[in-house]
Amino acid sequence: MRLDTDPYLARYAARVRGMSASEIRALFAVASRPEVVSFAGGMPATSALDMEAVEQVAAQVIRDHGATALQYGGGQGRAELREQLATVMHHEGIPGHADDLVVTVGGQQALELVARCFIDPGDVVLAEGPTYVGGIGALVANQAEVRHVPMDADGMQIDALEEALAVLEREGRQAKYVYTIPNHQNPAGVSMSVERRHRLAALAETHDLMVLEDNPYGLLDFEGRTWPSLRSMIPERVIYVGTMSKTFAPGVRTGWVAAPRPVRDKLVLLREAADLCPSNLTQMIVETWLTTQPWREQIKRFTNVYRERSEVMLAALDRAMPAEVAWTAPQGAFYVWLTVPPGIDTSDLLAKAIASRVAYVPGRGFYGDGTGGDQMRLCFSYPPTERIDEGVDRLGELLHTELELVRAVFGDTTPPLRARSSQRGGSVGG
Amino acid sequence: MSEPDRLSPTNVAVLCGGISLEREVSLRSGGRIADALADRGHHVTRVDVDAALITTLEQGGFDVAVLALHGSAGEDGTIQSLLELLGLPYTGPDVLASSLAWNKPIAQGLYARAGLAVPQSVGLSQQAFREMGATAAVDRIARALGSPLVVKPATGGSSLGLSIVEDPAAIPQAIVGAFSYADTVLIERFVAGTEVAVTVLDGEALPAVEIQPKEGAYDFAARYTAGATEFHAPARLDASTLEACTRTALTAYGAIGARHVSRADMIVDAAGTPWLLEIDTCPGMTGTSLVPLAAEAAQLPFAALCERLVACALRDAQDQS
Repeated sequence: MRLDTDPYLARYAARVRGMSASEIRALFAVASRPEVVSFAGGMPATSALDMEAVEQVAAQVIRDHGATALQYGGGQGRAELREQLATVMHHEGIPGHADDLVVTVGGQQALELVARCFIDPGDVVLAEGPTYVGGIGALVANQAEVRHVPMDADGMQIDALEEALAVLEREGRQAKYVYTIPNHQNPAGVSMSVERRHRLAALAETHDLMVLEDNPYGLLDFEGRTWPSLRSMIPERVIYVGTMSKTFAPGVRTGWVAAPRPVRDKLVLLREAADLCPSNLTQMIVETWLTTQPWREQIKRFTNVYRERSEVMLAALDRAMPAEVAWTAPQGAFYVWLTVPPGIDTSDLLAKAIASRVAYVPGRGFYGDGTGGDQMRLCFSYPPTERIDEGVDRLGELLHTELELVRAVFGDTTPPLRARSSQRGGSVGG
Repeated sequence: MSEPDRLSPTNVAVLCGGISLEREVSLRSGGRIADALADRGHHVTRVDVDAALITTLEQGGFDVAVLALHGSAGEDGTIQSLLELLGLPYTGPDVLASSLAWNKPIAQGLYARAGLAVPQSVGLSQQAFREMGATAAVDRIARALGSPLVVKPATGGSSLGLSIVEDPAAIPQAIVGAFSYADTVLIERFVAGTEVAVTVLDGEALPAVEIQPKEGAYDFAARYTAGATEFHAPARLDASTLEACTRTALTAYGAIGARHVSRADMIVDAAGTPWLLEIDTCPGMTGTSLVPLAAEAAQLPFAALCERLVACALRDAQDQS
């Protein structure tokens, strides 16, 4: 007798067949336990919000506009909110009109809608390597082929992008778009230099490229600096994604996409097919937050928290890490990207880390091609500073011991780097 | 196997979760057991094992604890010791049987003594590498065991940390990886053949389940993604081979002194010899797990299987007192 554990298998669409259970995701079930210092999830410090103000805002929405807030709304999102979101863009020096915008359920829905709008199975998207797990997830779920462009301290290497474009040309193919997180990139923690932004914009023109500019962290610079956006350089080639998750709260699930009009129209139709409309309730909470509260001050309060936590983490890393370990020094947002010496595999090491009560995200999750086994992402945005010290100490001790073990096991041979098959369809927050 | 008489309503604590690396699988097993027992009219509490465990159990007024704790504390005898101390009846093998099965090198020695075929293996501790230069012996081990070979942690389940290594140059990396899950690694001869799991339920073998992953090895993804693996029960083997598999499972169950339930994982080679890999004393009970599949093949619905385990625990506790 044949026993079926999934009697629906033959009925599934091709795009979900590759989706499978992952041991890394299973390990995160332990990482969420309070005993573990988790540098894994990219979670904003929502406790730094003025909760009394949030309470007033929410109460006001229900009291004054309850019937509307609890009603269906339009697929593009409320015009009043879009006006406010355009103001948030202007605060960062990014051009945009309310009418260009579609309100989405977090930035993630925007990434998914854009993928659904442009990707046929097998289409190529060029993305930074490493890049956001959820960005890869949206692409893989739509059967895109993700090709990575390496990064350095100045962001995506434009020479490498040119090479990747040349390879595609030789194959007689064209990238559907270039996916980039130019500001305080997740997970690398670096920003694209101004010079490279101009080069990318110029390449987009000469190669007839579209660019997906994902900007969750642009307002979280520790010094309050802002960067010129790609949208301001080549507006007709850029689809821009913003979110209130980091400047207000991820719990309101409010993001947006700004796109050239014909694309915007398609995105509205796609979103109506997916979930009809965004929640009026949370839209009105965000709208009221932005019109009645000092939201710019709140962003400063957030960045002060993140700057302090990043300083504590960087100091702890200096103190605790073996000399062979390298990491990036973020100027904003949430992340430190850490590279370990050959022989240590960060996917394997996660089990030991969790046993030592500290968690991170192994590097492989940020690549679609199985590379990144010698890297990990540390997120400092959520744990309080004393927990950061504790967690980095545990991780440092672990890496010291692991290095000794690697030397003992490998003897004189040089450990090679190992690639693995990609993990598909996974998302680990942030 | 027919359904036993319905069990009278019982106050059950399903122990699951905890801080083990197999926490997620354990929560899935535990959730499924809890739902099934609740549907049968029992009073069920899910207990996620944490520092408050003893208080929770002392104050809960439970009749019995169902163990769905995978990984070290649930399977190495730790939780069993605590439950003995509290005098709370529990499902599955006792302290000694659990700790024997948990340590693969010890367990394999016992199985071999009982006359079972066990793949040749070498256990190496971290200490052996750090202080005794074991690296120098790896080539020798590789030559002795042939290629490919299996590198795995000496304790633990769900094939976490397990690699099948073809290229001898990749052995050190596989060893370092396995050390992430245990202080000792086993380097084992690879047996090619049919993967078979035999569940022993209260001293009686259920139909052997054949495991055939649709792609690659029976790894974590193949274990816990519904539909990723094809199962056949009984395994598509001739009668005498099936009989040998059953005998192997029952002998191993006896060798460690198991009770209530255990699952024997083996590989049947081309000559029809079942090579015993390990006994799992707290086997998975998820929707893709082998013990529930074996029970299904024996016409024993999942809820009845859970009740049967509860009944075993209550019976044995009564026998003792």
